[in-house]
Amino acid sequence: MRRLTWFNTTALTFGFAFLYLPMVLLIAYSFNSSKLVTVWAGFSTKWYGELLHNVAFLDAAWVTLRVAVVSSTIATILGTMAALVLVRAGRFIGRTVFSGMIYAPLVMPEVITGLSLLLLFIGIGLDRGIFTVVLAHATFSMCYVSVVVSSRLATFDRSLEEAALDLGCSQISAFRLVTLPIIAPAVISGWLLAFTLSLDDLVIASFTTGPGATTLPIKIWSAVRLGVSPEINALSTLMISIVAIGVITASLVTKRNSLRRQAEERAAIQT
Amino acid sequence: MRRASLILIPYLWLLALFLVPFLIVFKISLSDTALSIPPYRPQLDFATGWQEIRDFFGHLDFENFTFLTTDDLYWKAYISSLQIAFFSTIFTLLVGYPIAYGMANAPDHWRPTLMMLVILPFWTSFLIRVYSWIGILSNEGYLNQLLLSIGLISEPLHILNTNTAVYIGIVYTYLPFMILPIYSALERLDTSLLEAAEDLGCSRLTAFWLVTVPLSKNGIIAGCFLVFIPALGEFVIPSLLGGSKTLMIGKVLWEEFFNNRDWPVASAVAVILLLILIVPIILFQRNEQKQREADG
Amino acid sequence: MSEKIFEPWNDPNEKPLIQFQNVTKRFGDFVAIDNQSFDIYAQEFFALLGPSGCGKTTLMRMLAGFEAPTTGEILLAGQNMAPIPPNKRAVNMMFQSYALFPHLSVWENIAFGLKRDKMPKPEIEARVDEMLKLTRLEQFAKRKPHQISGGQRQRVALARSLAKAPKLLLLDEPLGALDAKLRQDTQFELMDIQEKTGTTFVIVTHDQEEAMTVASRVAVMDHGHIVQADTPARIYEMPNSVYVADFIGDVTILKGTASPRDGGYDIHFAEGQPALHAKSDIELSKGAACYLAIRPEKIAISADKPEGVANAVQGKILDIAYLGNISTYHVELPTGQVIKTQTANTRRLSRRSFTWEDQVWLSWTDTAGVLLAG
Repeated sequence: MRRLTWFNTTALTFGFAFLYLPMVLLIAYSFNSSKLVTVWAGFSTKWYGELLHNVAFLDAAWVTLRVAVVSSTIATILGTMAALVLVRAGRFIGRTVFSGMIYAPLVMPEVITGLSLLLLFIGIGLDRGIFTVVLAHATFSMCYVSVVVSSRLATFDRSLEEAALDLGCSQISAFRLVTLPIIAPAVISGWLLAFTLSLDDLVIASFTTGPGATTLPIKIWSAVRLGVSPEINALSTLMISIVAIGVITASLVTKRNSLRRQAEERAAIQT
Repeated sequence: MRRASLILIPYLWLLALFLVPFLIVFKISLSDTALSIPPYRPQLDFATGWQEIRDFFGHLDFENFTFLTTDDLYWKAYISSLQIAFFSTIFTLLVGYPIAYGMANAPDHWRPTLMMLVILPFWTSFLIRVYSWIGILSNEGYLNQLLLSIGLISEPLHILNTNTAVYIGIVYTYLPFMILPIYSALERLDTSLLEAAEDLGCSRLTAFWLVTVPLSKNGIIAGCFLVFIPALGEFVIPSLLGGSKTLMIGKVLWEEFFNNRDWPVASAVAVILLLILIVPIILFQRNEQKQREADG
Repeated sequence: MSEKIFEPWNDPNEKPLIQFQNVTKRFGDFVAIDNQSFDIYAQEFFALLGPSGCGKTTLMRMLAGFEAPTTGEILLAGQNMAPIPPNKRAVNMMFQSYALFPHLSVWENIAFGLKRDKMPKPEIEARVDEMLKLTRLEQFAKRKPHQISGGQRQRVALARSLAKAPKLLLLDEPLGALDAKLRQDTQFELMDIQEKTGTTFVIVTHDQEEAMTVASRVAVMDHGHIVQADTPARIYEMPNSVYVADFIGDVTILKGTASPRDGGYDIHFAEGQPALHAKSDIELSKGAACYLAIRPEKIAISADKPEGVANAVQGKILDIAYLGNISTYHVELPTGQVIKTQTANTRRLSRRSFTWEDQVWLSWTDTAGVLLAG
């Protein structure tokens, strides 16, 4: 009884128009030659050229990229460990506190997380800069990673690990040779999630950053507070395009793999 | 031994960078504002001995919290945050449910693409998505241009920098959070249940009310919490789209901290916000728990 | 020269490979294995049979080393296994889910255990090829587990667990995931491979037919106890309890009281019915409660009263189950008991002699039934 009635078609059309129209307009007007953003005055790519010569934006992008790579890597390692603890470690003293600390940052307002970390860094006399932003990002991203990885671990067939032990693996080599390769897709998507969270974050970075460590969202923020600017439109277009290409590629690859797998499974039954 | 270190490393990390910072916020919320760096008193210094530590605790008080109740800016901000978060959650539900319903009833081969289209905005920058509405809603924006050109209005509508813009911003940015849980509940719905309901004499509409809605209840609840909780502490949307009259507690906290440099009051604001959030967070966790148990 | 019969359990000089000595396993308050002692001998094909939750899987996991006994000892070739972790045991396991590593090819799956032993490369290759040949998987070596059929996966799992030439191979419901037809073929293949490799097999199953087919001895389990451990023939023909008689195969069990006569017993099972007679070695006093278990194929069915048999009762046909090669009749006695009987269908359907509601006679000899104490 799956069917596209007029109601469903209308809901989907309007829904996706609502979701995408603002971004489409943003992209379209990034090619506007006028400085007045909302008045169309002909096609131009000059804002992209100006963007490439804007040292402040390029510096901020470089800072953001470094922060994102380092913090998401730390977050992935810590988050995977935390997921193992949540799913595998059984009971230990303070387990409730631990799982609370994993889930709380997911729903914590960013202003509170940012404020509390800033007060900590000041309290222990840590100079604020790239390092403190990395610490902050790694901390809240690890919680997201651990949620992603632990939901994969929860459905992981434990007998695979037992088989590895049975065939002579130590605990550690069983994890390295069997568990990790199998949960790798979840760990990778955890990393990607942590990476985008770090790229996106404005509030926590604003609290925890210091001189010389202006991230791209902070830079964008100070620009957009003054209103719409064609350069920001160009920058947004670039960022949206990168994400869109990434997500579309990923979903095409996933789709192709699953189709191939289905075909192979069908073929296997017939042999 | 290995198990212990596996537990200890993430545990200590979270203790140091999540729990301890909170305790610090709590402590500072009980301190007094001072014209010093850092701008609060008393400062705890264990090197100075027992007497100092006793003094330290003696100086902590609820003065900042009393201050929050006397200055109506704060309690108005809390009320207005709750109000904005509540209504925008309802609007998001009204917009999101039909989309999720349409997705769940779309042909099988469409669904992965539709799913990807809902997730895609989630991966794109939040800040950019909010920013994209400035160009639409401003007085010279695309919306006013369109409405003026078709003659629907003669004066530009003033939407940007009002609460309306904040509502639109929240609905827009949090829409995927509402769609996804409802969609996953609706997708699992066995269509033969609806056929059975119609067979037993329901019209399409009553079948929807009596079967589809109750069975997607958990998705609706999850979606509402996923919108309400972050919307309550939202900072970016009211700052960019809201006006000077838009009061939201996230914005107040930010301004208290960065503009007024009143750290103790900012901390007190944060503590109260947390206390308000605890209720929905616990309700949300309980709903998730119940669903996990129901799924077996 | 006659071939020696394989019955190490009857040879007092034979040393058992595995010894369970007063093994108890508790999970919290739940007693999974209750103080059990038994032996398994080298080259045996030993089946642990029972319903789910009877403790058979727990016994197997203790052998593999994934669970430790709460009390008691398990010895492998005379050595206590308790301190040896699973990865150091000369015991391998074939998992119910097969637990094939999805990211590794068939070849790599089979080589996995050998690589852990740091075996030189040429030896690994030779051994894997040998295993592929044994399980007829040569042409699938490069495939991943999802690219082969269920039956082939089962054989990969077997090859992988046999590759390390374990002293003992544990098989957890090895055929549970296969369909009925494939299961039968695979049972014979398993027996064949067990014989070729000379490995001791311990199989866990809830399928009594499977246990009877493959095993040299079957241990029937119930609530953490081994009720009877014996050859399939003795389990079937000489069950030591109502539980075993009922669990294995089809059976009619009549409850009654015994009185000794002629080196056997008369069993009074119902008011107004003649006493049944059965030869038995068990000691029962007069009037003791007892059960008579009779297999359906041991009961003859006839229209007229048969002459010169030890037991004959009359009843009417309640149900007929036509199974092709045989038919099963449920015959109700005037006193309410239902007795099951089977006949081979040597005639075509159209000429069958009995139908519903027919009055028939059932008869069996005095050695056909097994007398069990109540």
